[in-house]
Amino acid sequence: MKGHWYDHLWIWTIVYFSLGFFNILFAWLGMIDFLLPLGFALFGGNKWFCNQLCGRGQLCLKLGADLKCSRNKPTPSWMYSRWFRYGFLVFFLAMFGNMLFQTWLVASGASSLREAIKLFWTFSIPWGWTYTAGSVPDWVAQFSFGFYSMMLTSLLLGLIVMVLYKPRTWCASCPMETMTQAICRLKSRGKDV
Amino acid sequence: MASKRYARVGRDNCVSCGTCKKVCPKQAVRIVRGCYAQVDPAVCVGCGKCGRACPTGCIQLLDR
Repeated sequence: MKGHWYDHLWIWTIVYFSLGFFNILFAWLGMIDFLLPLGFALFGGNKWFCNQLCGRGQLCLKLGADLKCSRNKPTPSWMYSRWFRYGFLVFFLAMFGNMLFQTWLVASGASSLREAIKLFWTFSIPWGWTYTAGSVPDWVAQFSFGFYSMMLTSLLLGLIVMVLYKPRTWCASCPMETMTQAICRLKSRGKDV
Repeated sequence: MASKRYARVGRDNCVSCGTCKKVCPKQAVRIVRGCYAQVDPAVCVGCGKCGRACPTGCIQLLDR
């Protein structure tokens, strides 16, 4: 294989989402994609994850550019405007917080485990075949369903805008992208940025 | 021989996703402190690949 090992992480993205169809507990592996970019931004002051390691971005580039699945039309300017990017980040974090709250409700016994994923924060889809009841504490499974819902929703959004606009249009409003760039900007204050 | 054109990144709309860096055949692009992309005009051959790939359209080709 040509290039660096990390140029092929689009394979990891396919593997990750495929695993979620067999055992929902693999959804926890998605925390890597969540924590690594923050780690690079907070401790390294860079976006090495987005630039080199993001499997989702690589997959969109592979499908959109190499396999020509993208129309390659300009991204609408509102999608990369500051208000939309930060607004979407706030919305995304609120939904993440809600997912954590649902997990806490299950952990405390106030709510029962729902073996379903929620796409686009709206459509509930039964996903029970991927989980054997009682194999782990209910809250661990609830987090898996919630986290996988979020990951799959953002992948689908990424693929939709990839087809409609540029291959990596998702990056323009990706919440992790916005958050890590904001952190990098804060860390670079006063350094000619 | 230097090319007739070179790419320049508009910092305001750059989301520093690194797509331009990935597609550049000459490694002329770097991401400055995670904040924006920057093209080295001395290395850039003005092929325009970065501009076509940029999701925010913030890269322009300029005459030298």
